[in-house]
Amino acid sequence: MPIYLLLLPILPLGSFILTFLFGKRLGRKAHWLPICAVLSCFGCAVMALLDVINGVTINTDLYSWISSGSFQVSVGFLLDELTAVMLIVVTSISTLVHIYSVGYMHDEPGYYRFFSYLSLFTFSMLMLVLGNNFAQLFFGWEAVGLSSYLLIGFYYEKESAANAGKKAFIVNRFGDFGFSLGIILVFLTFGTLHYDQVFAQAASITDQTFPVFGMVFDLPTLIALLLFCGAIGKSAQLPLHVWLPDAMEGPTPVSALIHAATMVTAGVFLVARCNPLFALSTTALNVVTMVGAVTCLFAATIALVQVDIKRVVAYSTVSQLAYMFMACGVGAYSAGIFHLFTHAYFKALLFLGCGSVIHAMSSEQDVRKMGGLKKYLPVTYWTFLLATLSISGIPGLAGFFSKDAILAAAFSSPIGAGKIAWFVGTLVAGMTAFYSFRLFFLTFHGTFRGTEEQRHHLHESPATMTVPLILLAVGAVSAGWFCIPPILGGHAPWISFLAPVLGEPGEHLGHATEWGLIATSVGAGLVGIATATLLYVIRPEIPDRLRDAWPKVHSWLFNKYSIDELYDGALVQPAIRFSRKVLLHVVDGKLIEGVVNGIPQAIGSFGERLRKIQNGQVHTYLSVMSTGALAVLIWMLVR
Amino acid sequence: MDTAPNFILTPLAPLAPELLLICLGLLLVVVDLFLGEKRHILPWLAALGTLTGLFLLGNGSGHFSDGLFGGMYILDAYSLFFKVICLIGVLFTVMLSVRYLDTEKMHQGEYYSLLVFAAVGMMVMVSAADMIVLYLGLELMALSVYCLVGLLKSDSRSNEAALKYFLMGAFSSGILLYGISLIYGMTGTTDLQLISQRLTELNLADNTLLFIALGMVLIAFSFKVAAAPFHMWAPDAYEGAPTPITAFMSVGPKAASFAVLGRILLSGFPELHVHWGPLIAGIALLTMATGNILAISQTNIKRMLAYSSIAHAGFALLGILATSNEGVSAIMNYMLIYAFMNMGAFAIIIMLNNRERRGEQLKDYRGLAQTNPVAAALMLIFMFSLTGIPPTAGFIGKFYLFLAAMNAGYTGTVIAAVILSAVSAYYYLRVVRYMYMYDSEKGEAVAMSPSLTAALIFAVIGVIGLGVAPGWVLEMASQSLPALAQ
Repeated sequence: MPIYLLLLPILPLGSFILTFLFGKRLGRKAHWLPICAVLSCFGCAVMALLDVINGVTINTDLYSWISSGSFQVSVGFLLDELTAVMLIVVTSISTLVHIYSVGYMHDEPGYYRFFSYLSLFTFSMLMLVLGNNFAQLFFGWEAVGLSSYLLIGFYYEKESAANAGKKAFIVNRFGDFGFSLGIILVFLTFGTLHYDQVFAQAASITDQTFPVFGMVFDLPTLIALLLFCGAIGKSAQLPLHVWLPDAMEGPTPVSALIHAATMVTAGVFLVARCNPLFALSTTALNVVTMVGAVTCLFAATIALVQVDIKRVVAYSTVSQLAYMFMACGVGAYSAGIFHLFTHAYFKALLFLGCGSVIHAMSSEQDVRKMGGLKKYLPVTYWTFLLATLSISGIPGLAGFFSKDAILAAAFSSPIGAGKIAWFVGTLVAGMTAFYSFRLFFLTFHGTFRGTEEQRHHLHESPATMTVPLILLAVGAVSAGWFCIPPILGGHAPWISFLAPVLGEPGEHLGHATEWGLIATSVGAGLVGIATATLLYVIRPEIPDRLRDAWPKVHSWLFNKYSIDELYDGALVQPAIRFSRKVLLHVVDGKLIEGVVNGIPQAIGSFGERLRKIQNGQVHTYLSVMSTGALAVLIWMLVR
Repeated sequence: MDTAPNFILTPLAPLAPELLLICLGLLLVVVDLFLGEKRHILPWLAALGTLTGLFLLGNGSGHFSDGLFGGMYILDAYSLFFKVICLIGVLFTVMLSVRYLDTEKMHQGEYYSLLVFAAVGMMVMVSAADMIVLYLGLELMALSVYCLVGLLKSDSRSNEAALKYFLMGAFSSGILLYGISLIYGMTGTTDLQLISQRLTELNLADNTLLFIALGMVLIAFSFKVAAAPFHMWAPDAYEGAPTPITAFMSVGPKAASFAVLGRILLSGFPELHVHWGPLIAGIALLTMATGNILAISQTNIKRMLAYSSIAHAGFALLGILATSNEGVSAIMNYMLIYAFMNMGAFAIIIMLNNRERRGEQLKDYRGLAQTNPVAAALMLIFMFSLTGIPPTAGFIGKFYLFLAAMNAGYTGTVIAAVILSAVSAYYYLRVVRYMYMYDSEKGEAVAMSPSLTAALIFAVIGVIGLGVAPGWVLEMASQSLPALAQ
C-alpha cells in the first residue's frame, strides 16, 4: 500500500490532536500545522489521482478492528476512480478554506479550536471516502456529523448557533437511523460489510423479499431505500432539509467547506458508491429521482425571495444537491459525481464570496442593507460574478457542462421519473439563474443601503481571503472542461474515467435532441438572468409591487413553506410535551429514578455492609478466606 | 523413572533474559552501596536492564524449547507473551518510581533490586512446566513483593499492609503446597504434562481427592489474582504500598498468576472442565460483584483502583471459564491492555502526588481539567478504557473476554458481567466528573518529570493503539496457544 494513502487520514488526525491539545499556546499561529497537514493531504490526493489514472486501484484491509466469526469490522482503504475524485475535491477545497479562515477568523477567540475542528473534519471526511466497507463509511459518516455539529455551534455562546448545531445533529438522527438499519440489513443479507464482496453478490438478491412486521418488501428496494435515508439526512433533501439553512449559523468558511462542497455531498457519494445495489431496484431509483426533483424545485422557489445572503446560497445548495440525486436516480452516476465536482468549486466560491462580503459589512447578512459593493470589493465582485455565471449554466463555464450532462441523462433515461426530472431540472435552471443574479445585483449593484458606519468600514478582504477566491474562480470556470460532451467537440474523458466504478449510461441521444436540450437549458438560464436584470437593475421597484400583488405567495415562500413550523407543531412541541409530562415526571421521575436511585442505594448500602467486613483485622480476613476455601473444597467434594 | 534431569548439559543461552535480570538485581544492590549521592542513576540502570531483557526476549523468540532442565522449564510463545507483559510492567513501574521515591525520600537500591527479582520470579512462574519450579517462581515473586509493599518504612499503613499481605500470602502458599503434594501423591509426578497423562493412565479423572487438590491450587491462585472471596488482602495492601508498587502489583503478579492458571487448567487438567467450570463461574461472578460494588463506596482513589483491579480479575476469569484457546488468548490480550491502562491511571495519581496532597483522594481531582487539561484528558482516556468504552483498548479487551465466555455457553455469566461493567462506569466516570464538572479549590500546577511523561505517553499510545488496532496482539496471542492445549 502506498504511503500517501496512509498519510491521508493520519496527517489531519495528528494535526487535530496536536492543535486541540497545544494550540492554545500558539495563539494566532495555531493555523500552521493544520494548513501544512491539509496541504500535504492535497499532495497525497494528487499522487493518488495520478496512480489511479495510470490504472492502479487499491482495495486493502489495513487491519481488522473486531473479528468475531463472520462479523468483521476492519479498517481498510479503497482507492479507485470515485475515491480519487472525492479526495481531490475534499483536500483542495479544504486547503483553500483553511487558508481563507486565517483571514476570516482572525479576530475570533477560540482560533486554535476552529482549526483543530477543521482538521478533525478533514480526517473524518477522508475516512468516509477512503473506506472499503460500510462500517468505516458509517464511522466517517458520524464523525463528519460530529465535526459539523462542533463547527455549526462554534459560537456556542450564541443561542441560535448552539440550537442550529443541535438541530443539525438531531435531524440527521432520523436519516442515520434508516442508514444504520440499511447497513445491518446489508450485513444480514450478504454476511459481510466489504464493498467488493457486497457488490459482487448484489445480483444474487434480485427478487428476494424481506418481511417487516408482517409486510413483505422487495429486498433490494428495502436496502437501497434504507441507505438512501442516510443520504437524505446528510445531503439535506426533502423532508430532512431543514437543518442545512440553519447550519448557516456557523462561521462562513465552515458553510463553504462542510455545508456546500464536501460533507453534504456525502449522500451523493453514498448513492454513487452503492450503485450496484441501487441498480437492482427501479422503485428505489424512481424514489431517488423524485426526491431529487421535488427538493430541487422546492428549494429553488424558497431561494427566490430570501434576504439573508447565506440562506439564499444555502437553499441553492439544497437545490443543486437535488440535481445530483436526480442524476443518480436516472442512473447517470458519473454525471452526478461530475456535478458534485463542479458544484464544489463554484458553490464554495459563492460561500467564501459571501464571507468576504459579510467580513466587509461588519457581520451584516441582510442583502437589503447591502448594494453597490462592487467598487469596494473588486476581487470579491469579479470572482462572485464568475461563480454566479457558472451556477447559472452559462456555456463554457463549469456549471453548464455538469448541469447539461444531468439534464441530457434525465431526458434519455428509461426510468419513469426521468422526464419529470428533466422538466424540473430545466425549470429550476432558470430559477437558479434568477435567484443567483438577484443576489448578485442586490449585493454588488445599486446604491449602498447600509448604515454610515458600515460604509466607513467597507474594505476588500486581505490576501489570505482573496487568493482562495481567485483559485476557486479558476475551478468554477474550468472544472467543467473535463467533461465536454462529444457534441461540443470534446471527448468527455470524465465519463470513461469513472466508468469502471459507475458504469456508462447506455442511452445516447440524437444530435438534434441534444442541441435542443442544450438550447432549452441555456435559454432558461438566460431568461432567468434577464428577469433578474429587469427586476433588480432596470426596474427595481417591480419586486415590491409583485410582493404586494401576491402577498400570500411571497410570505409562503419567504417562510419556506412553513416546514419548520409544521415540524415544530407536529413533532417538536408534542415531543417536548410528551417528554415533560410523561418521560420526565412519570418515566424518569418515578420509574427510572426509582430504579436508578434505588439500585445504587441498595448497592451502596450493601456495599457499606460489605465494607464493614473489610475492617482491617487480619483474623477477619483469614476467616473470610477460610470460609471461601471451605466452600470451594465442599463444592469439589459434592460437585 | 522419567528422563533423568541433565542439568549440566542444559544450554543456558535461551535463559539469557532471566539470567540478565538476576545479574541486574544483584548488581543494583551492590552498586547502591558505592553510589552515595549519585543514586539517581539507579532507575536508569534498572530501566536499561529491563529494556535489554525485553530485547533479549524478542531475540530469543525464534528459539523455543519445550524442555530445559529435564523438561521443567518451557520457553514457548505463551510464556514469552506473559514475560513481555511482566517486563513492560516493570519498566512502567521504574518510570513511575523516579519522582515518587524522590518525593517520599525512600531508600533506593533494594527497591529496584526487589522489583527486578519479582520480575524474575514471574518469568520463572510463566515458564514453569513443573509444579516445584512454579512454586519457586511464585515465592521469589511473592517475597519480593511483600518487602516492596512495606518499603515506606516511616508509614505505618505501609508496614501494616506488608505484614497482612505476608501473613495471608503464607496461608495461601501453604494451601498451594498442600494441593501440589496431594497431586504428587496421586500421580507420582509434578510435571504438568505427565500429570495430564497419568490422569488418564491411572483413571483418576473422577477421583475426589484429586478434585480437592485441584481446588487447593485454584484457591491459591485465586488469592494471587485477588479473586473473591480471597481478595481481602488486596485493598489494604494496595492502599498501603508505595503507589508505583500498587500499580506493579495490579499488573505483573496478576498477569503471571493468570498465565499459570491458564497453563495448569488447560494443559494439566483439561478434561476436568465440566467440574471446575461452574466453580470458576461462581468465583468470577463473586469477584466482579465485590470489586465493582465496593469500588463505588471508596473515596481514596488508590483503594478504588484496588477494587477495580479485583473487578478486572473477575472479568479476566471469564477467559479461564471459557476453557478455549479463544478464552486464553482473550486473557493474554486483556492483561496487556490492562497493563497500559492501569499504569496510565497510576501515573496520573503519582503525578498529583506532592508534599501537600498525595493525589490519593477523589477530591484532589477537582477541577483538574482547568489546572492541567492535558493530565485531565489523559486520565479521562484511562478511565474510559477501564470502563470499556470504545475506541479505547479496554473495550476491545472486555469484548473478547465476553465473547469467549459467550461462545463457551456461559451466557448468563456474561450478562451479569456486562451489567457489572455498567456499574463500574459509575465510579470511573465519577473521577471524570470531579475533573471536569467541579471547580478547582486551589489552582496549583503539577510538576512533571521526564520519566513520568514518558510513562504517560507510552501508556496512552498503548491504550489508544490497542483500541484502534487490536488485531495483531490477538493474533500473536492465539498463535502462541496451540502448543498449550492439545
